[in-house]
Amino acid sequence: MGGEITLGHYLVLSGALFLIGLAGVVLRRSLLVVMMSLELLLNAANLALVAVGRFQGIPDPQVAVFFVITVAAAEAALGLAILVAIFRIKKTTAADQMASLRF
Amino acid sequence: MEQIFFWMLAAGLLISAVTVVAVRNPVTNAVCLVSALVFQAALFITLEATFLAAVQVIVYAGAVMVLFLFVIMLLDVRVEVLGKFSWPKIAGVGLVLVLALVGLPKLSSAFPFAGEVLHWGRAKVPGTAQDLGHLLFSAYGPLFLTTGVLLLVATVGVVVLCRRDTEA
Repeated sequence: MGGEITLGHYLVLSGALFLIGLAGVVLRRSLLVVMMSLELLLNAANLALVAVGRFQGIPDPQVAVFFVITVAAAEAALGLAILVAIFRIKKTTAADQMASLRF
Repeated sequence: MEQIFFWMLAAGLLISAVTVVAVRNPVTNAVCLVSALVFQAALFITLEATFLAAVQVIVYAGAVMVLFLFVIMLLDVRVEVLGKFSWPKIAGVGLVLVLALVGLPKLSSAFPFAGEVLHWGRAKVPGTAQDLGHLLFSAYGPLFLTTGVLLLVATVGVVVLCRRDTEA
């Protein structure tokens, strides 16, 4: 490594962030932490989009990131509402307790 | 200068992200997620996307994280108990990690323009609110309006989901 910072550096950073978030989604049991990891995944994609837009000289990825942030806010609100509704019934936020629909 | 800032911010972002995933206390998770989001906003500034950096801090680190902390407070979540230690799961994660360490730099260097060097002040697209606003209200106007409808639907949905059915 070392030397100048290139687009490749930002893409590797974004990939690493995505992997960390993915590990959180796969490994953690608390639904709250799974949702936080989902936010990390979205942020990794945002970082890659902004970096590519900056280096290629097109402004459209920034608009896309703007929409992603908006939709992520709506997603977080709805997901947390579902979480609260489930918690009222099950008294837990562990993902492996929610198997009522399992066959 | 670009190097110093990139490496510092990248290290901060990755350390905060690992803490979000690895620590078992939900309040610590939330606070570390806030710091990860702020580091990401700083990285946006190094990419000269200043408006997005501001939006990131206001919407993500502000609104979304307050929502998370409210839910943590509301649910009185305890420290998560450890699950069963399953070897296939650990092996799978390890395999993906090794593949990623080898594959990520290769994959990203295969990307066109991947070798382009970052110089501050030479961005061909200034990311100010004015430029983005112009795009949002011209080319992306219909999408912008649709997003408004989406937010309205989400708000109504949350209210319906969280209503108690005692008075109905």
